[in-house]
Amino acid sequence: MNAIIISAIWGVLMMFSGIFISRKSVIRNLAIAGVLLCLVFNIAEEHQFHLVSINTRNMLVFDSFGLLFNSIAFGATLIYLLLSARDMEKVGPNQAEYLALIFFVLTGISIASSFNTLLMLFLSIEIISIPLYILTGSDKRNLKGNEASLKYFLMGSFSTGIMLMGIALIYGATGSFAVENMARQINGFGPVMMAGLLLLLVAMSFKVSAAPFHFWTPDVYDGAPTVFTSFMATVVKAAVFIAFIRLFDAAYATDLAKWRLTIAVIITATLFIGNITAVFQQSVKRMLAYSSIAQAGFMFFALFGYNDIAREGIILYAAAYSLATIGIFAILIKMKDYTFDGYNGLAQREPLLAATNTIFLLSLAGIPATAGFFAKYYVLTAAVKNGSYLWLVIFAVLCAAVSVYYYFRVIQAMYFKAGEGSVTEASPAFKMMLVVTAGLIILLGLFPQLLTYHLYF
Amino acid sequence: MIAVLLILIPLLGGFLLFAVKDEKTAKGMALLAATAVAALSVAGLTVMNNRASLNMDLEWLPMLNSRFHIGLDGMGQMLCLLTAVSFPLIFVATWHNTYKEAHRFYAFMLLSQAGLMGVFLAMDALLFYFFWELALIPVYFLSSIWGGEKRVAATFKFFIYTFVGSLLMLVGIIFIYFKAHQSFDLQSWYNLKLYPDTQNWLFWLMFIAFAIKMPVWPLHTWQPDAYEQSPTAVTIVMSGVMVKMGVFAVIRWLAPVVPDGFYLWGDTVSLLCITGIIYASLIAMRQDDLKRLIAYSSIAHMGLMCMALFASDKSGMQGVMFQMFSHGINIIGLWMVADAIEQKYGTRKMSALGGLATKDPALAILLVVVALANVALPLTNGFVGEFMMFNGIFSSAVTKYGVVDMAAAGVGIILSAVYTLTMIKKIFYGEGSKLTASGRPVAGTVLFSLAVIVAMIFVFGIYPKPMLQLTSDTVDSILKYMKTSI
Repeated sequence: MNAIIISAIWGVLMMFSGIFISRKSVIRNLAIAGVLLCLVFNIAEEHQFHLVSINTRNMLVFDSFGLLFNSIAFGATLIYLLLSARDMEKVGPNQAEYLALIFFVLTGISIASSFNTLLMLFLSIEIISIPLYILTGSDKRNLKGNEASLKYFLMGSFSTGIMLMGIALIYGATGSFAVENMARQINGFGPVMMAGLLLLLVAMSFKVSAAPFHFWTPDVYDGAPTVFTSFMATVVKAAVFIAFIRLFDAAYATDLAKWRLTIAVIITATLFIGNITAVFQQSVKRMLAYSSIAQAGFMFFALFGYNDIAREGIILYAAAYSLATIGIFAILIKMKDYTFDGYNGLAQREPLLAATNTIFLLSLAGIPATAGFFAKYYVLTAAVKNGSYLWLVIFAVLCAAVSVYYYFRVIQAMYFKAGEGSVTEASPAFKMMLVVTAGLIILLGLFPQLLTYHLYF
Repeated sequence: MIAVLLILIPLLGGFLLFAVKDEKTAKGMALLAATAVAALSVAGLTVMNNRASLNMDLEWLPMLNSRFHIGLDGMGQMLCLLTAVSFPLIFVATWHNTYKEAHRFYAFMLLSQAGLMGVFLAMDALLFYFFWELALIPVYFLSSIWGGEKRVAATFKFFIYTFVGSLLMLVGIIFIYFKAHQSFDLQSWYNLKLYPDTQNWLFWLMFIAFAIKMPVWPLHTWQPDAYEQSPTAVTIVMSGVMVKMGVFAVIRWLAPVVPDGFYLWGDTVSLLCITGIIYASLIAMRQDDLKRLIAYSSIAHMGLMCMALFASDKSGMQGVMFQMFSHGINIIGLWMVADAIEQKYGTRKMSALGGLATKDPALAILLVVVALANVALPLTNGFVGEFMMFNGIFSSAVTKYGVVDMAAAGVGIILSAVYTLTMIKKIFYGEGSKLTASGRPVAGTVLFSLAVIVAMIFVFGIYPKPMLQLTSDTVDSILKYMKTSI
């Protein structure tokens, strides 16, 4: 609850700050302070400190899983702002508004991680989505950005419609919005319920850009200003997954055997399309868009697994994937040229950027001693534990091997090719922050229990 | 204590070297660290040979039940000794080579040593996987930055190949982890009794990773390119030590865990090995490039080792152990000569060389000894290993085709003599070429390293007992766990 309240208030605060404060650095620092505050009070809530006591009538449940994810989301946002907040100035003059929108997204995320009724789920997804439609089109004079924004809006509304229909059908079948009532149908689901669940599944898959509902993702991620793509592709995506897994545990798990095959098909398609298409990209930004689809395929394994390991896995995955991708994007924003060739010879000119970027890429590829390894390890382990679907796991690791191809292309460009790759500017503070992020990734890659421990204690 | 220092010294040394800018200092420090590791490894065999100093068991991932458990048994000691000895030799032999940004080169070299040590020391499956992958990353950078013309593509092929293999192995590890009641501990894996049906497919899930590493035909295609394109110092690491990871992993992590699968597929793998031996030997005969010749010769030798392994016989397995060390030492010698010649004359084409024996008699003598060890002449270490392996294949109880296998492998030995002796003839005898007309002896550092290797060849060739005793406990216990399944 703490996080919802603070982020909502801070969002309003940020909106007005643009009127009263003219110095951009002050606005920026205000936002950073706000995220820090959210983080601190969210951690406090994990230790039973509540700012206010509100009876949510069981519409929101604040358990350790949701709260831990909130901490990860705020932590990642903090790093994101520290790394990339300055670059928002290049998008347009309305920095205060951009930051305000980001705070509203955070409010949505905090609700998504704690919803207990479908109504709250719908609300949270909408609160997350609408600011993102605006941020996508924030570069008003960029045609591609406008196209992306409109596309995102249309597709997003479409999927929201499907979601609402699903919720309506489920309400019709159970007479309640509460997720725990959904699971109570012991004699299996009737056709209405089934149709509702299917529509809900489709809508959620849409939001996390799982194949075959992924078509909006590359265009939107590519068209949006890079600094906002970074946020969308990481924190937001992970949050929707957390919502998905909460929903799944409550609603689908009772009839898991039936849904497993559906999920398996989605995973196969997502991994295949994401990885294979990423191989053919020439722009790193677009490659990262497809890579985010591919990574979503792995996060789906957490749904598939449905056990304690899966929950630990999705937490780790959210952290590992967010940290690494935010880092890569932070460097990408500074690059003069977004193609793979633009990275040629970067290691000569900016050894530190190249080294940290390498760690981020290795983490995404899932090399041991980086957080990405344990993220993949946990979600795959969760699936293996269930037996019978070993072919899916083998397919997934082969796809992971494909992913090495396009992640390493960046490393090859940076280290093994001569070229003029360089960045516009990189302050010492920025470099420091990159090193900290890389350090966190290595730390989690050696001791993942630093994070997963908090799920239980 | 020794166990962890074997990893820590090269690891910390490697990170430290990134900060050292001066080339001379970097070289010196790298040699110092490598020598310290070698000294430690020898100490582990002699003065500090006790359980406390050779084992270490620390808490690592309590929630996964994985521990930082490292330890040295006979086989581990032998392979750590090989790793520890080869690095100082490499550094000395390539002392006069110059690399751009030398401090990074040596840093990555030491890091790869740390990874290799970890692989040989790990007693916990997840830890083993960690090091298995981590040994690869420094080598990837070494070959890609300092290699030949087509280095990026060749090294990337190598990387993807091994990465696919290790990911499949990871799935296998996770699977066994659950079967072993969520334990990664080596001993609990040994005590595991898996259904034969499960073992039959599980075997391949794990074996592909090891087969790629060795490499076993037809998974060898990364190897000649990678060996040729890498800087020779790195090629030595790859072919002298890294490929032993594959053989080692089969012995430690595969054979005792899935013995039924091991027996079932033994003949299939032997057939692949025979094909590989003959195929690689024939190609080696036609090579003009010195590095490619040695690369193919290495495929043939590894094929023989793999085949002897699948004979599941005490003598054969002892031979494999012995040969792992011998082959490591011998091939390092061959690479050193190849590197010295390339540095001196700027070519690896044997057709462009000739008559070097008169110009550089010391090198010629030393190389002839190493080459004869490579073709397993009696009194050299190669003979001991190969004889025992042949004996094992011939008297194997698990295959009906022991005689056929041995005959086929024997052809491989004859072919190996053909290409090795042809190589010596082309380089050292016959008409001198324009390039070699003004030839002068190679640097003393190369000769020193070669002399050390030649000394080891004779010592272990004439008196192999200590080495065989060292690994005999491991062989007995591995065979015991394999037997219990029949």
